[in-house]
Amino acid sequence: MNQQMMELLADGIRETLYMTIVSTIIAYLAGIPLGVISFVTDKQGICKNRAVHFTVGIFINLVRSMPFLILLVAIIPFTRLLVGTTIGSTATIVPLVVAAAPYVARMVESSLKEVNPGVIEAAMSMGSSRFQIIYKVLLPEAKPSLLAGVLISMATILGYSAMAGFVGGGGLGAIAINYGYYRYQTDIMLITVALLVLIVQLFQEVGMRIVSRTDRRR
Amino acid sequence: MIRLEHITKEFSSKNKKITAVNDVSLHIKKGEIYGIIGFSGAGKSTLVRCINLLEIPTAGRVYFENKELTSAGEKELRTARQKMGMIFQQFNLLEQRSVLENICYPLEIEKMPKKERTARAKELLELVDMEEKANAYPSRLSGGQKQRTAIARALATNPEVLLCDEATSALDPIATRSILALLKKINEMLGVTIIIISHEMQVVEQICDRVAVMSNGMIQESGEVKEVFLNPKSKTARQLILPDKDEAGLDAGRVYRQMLIELPEDEEKKNLVREFFRRNKIYFKEGENGA
Ligand SMILES: Nc1ncnc2c1ncn2[C@@H]1O[C@H](COP(=O)(O)OP(=O)(O)O)[C@@H](O)[C@H]1O
Ligand SMILES: [Mg+2]
Repeated sequence: MNQQMMELLADGIRETLYMTIVSTIIAYLAGIPLGVISFVTDKQGICKNRAVHFTVGIFINLVRSMPFLILLVAIIPFTRLLVGTTIGSTATIVPLVVAAAPYVARMVESSLKEVNPGVIEAAMSMGSSRFQIIYKVLLPEAKPSLLAGVLISMATILGYSAMAGFVGGGGLGAIAINYGYYRYQTDIMLITVALLVLIVQLFQEVGMRIVSRTDRRR
Repeated sequence: MIRLEHITKEFSSKNKKITAVNDVSLHIKKGEIYGIIGFSGAGKSTLVRCINLLEIPTAGRVYFENKELTSAGEKELRTARQKMGMIFQQFNLLEQRSVLENICYPLEIEKMPKKERTARAKELLELVDMEEKANAYPSRLSGGQKQRTAIARALATNPEVLLCDEATSALDPIATRSILALLKKINEMLGVTIIIISHEMQVVEQICDRVAVMSNGMIQESGEVKEVFLNPKSKTARQLILPDKDEAGLDAGRVYRQMLIELPEDEEKKNLVREFFRRNKIYFKEGENGA
């Protein structure tokens, strides 16, 4: 493999990591509030509110049930409005975030559901405000589970980012499509796939180690 | 100190309406240890949760230090709750926080500066005899140690009242005794009024001044522990206090041989076991694991 190819792949890795990490961060910035709102407005929640719970639920399910490629195309005008272009890795972050945020919201919600309701009750009995319960009890108690969720979300977003390569996104996915698929360079295709697998594996391994180190339950 | 007036709490689930607490009035005096005893499902937990309004009564009023809590605003209620500690059967400690950090939690809520709250937490650790576990996490503690931590946490804000919902029901007899002794010490040393919910008469007998016997959401009788236990008037009280007298009229207190049997989970199999005992005229008493 020549120098040029190496550089191309290095760029691909960099772009893929950039898209994945930035998208994950933004998706969590939106997904955590959404997940928290959905959780606290639920039947047994600390701010029970059927209308809000229902609306958030509908919104989450709507976006989640849409196939990613369709979503990618559907929000092209929005993407152009936001970043001025629809190709390249920065433009891909927009649909990645839109697709991932509701997914993240559900992950967050299910992590919060694992928190012992008795602990929430104890916090209430000590005179905590709802807000204090959220940021001092719910989120910290769910931390290990939330972190495990981050790893899963990252792997999923990474997969989506590769898919976005089909429609002008950057990164390893684009390389696999442009060289492996359109130009029949099977070796390039295999290498990019191997790299994607390697990245996911690395996230998972390193991440899980961090997660289990932060969990105080054992 | 605490006055409950005609408290009723109904739960409506699907098509059924359950009256968990039915027109209960109580007056708990400052500095006493008040027991509420009854079988599982009697409504004890619901009643005690009405005191700090974790459960909002369907009807009736709750007064705490002459302030009506049932009509208090959110902020007032939170301030009142800081003056009422609560401990639970399952301890309910924050699992991602160390013992010391758990005790600091209610002080963080009050926005006490970090240095002060650490100092206060250390005082409490000493009170409950847990200094050497300050930095341990709850998962590494025994049941008794967890409850000690929970007690320290509940006392952090210098409450007037401590509500204990089956606080010793998950503990072995030795830990139970030491927790009860600790509660007694807290009552005597700090003058904290204590309300104890239990389904075990030994608990009430050991440390309570007065007791209310509860069943079907109602108080069946109440009074000084000695009086109620010497001369129980209600059926529930008799069942709780003289559990050896069963419906078949076997001799009270004449235990021929004691044996512990674990009942199977399956309801059908459980009934088979029950029937076997009954048919062979073997008296048996089913324990209540928690309540
Ligand atoms: N949140 C709830 N929803 C519906 N029913 C409840 C709820 N909490 C308690 N109950 C019912 O109220 C009754 C009294 O329960 P509880 O106060 O827990 O009794 P105890 O503490 O004496 O065992 C029980 O029949 C129980 O099923
Ligand atoms: Mg109970």
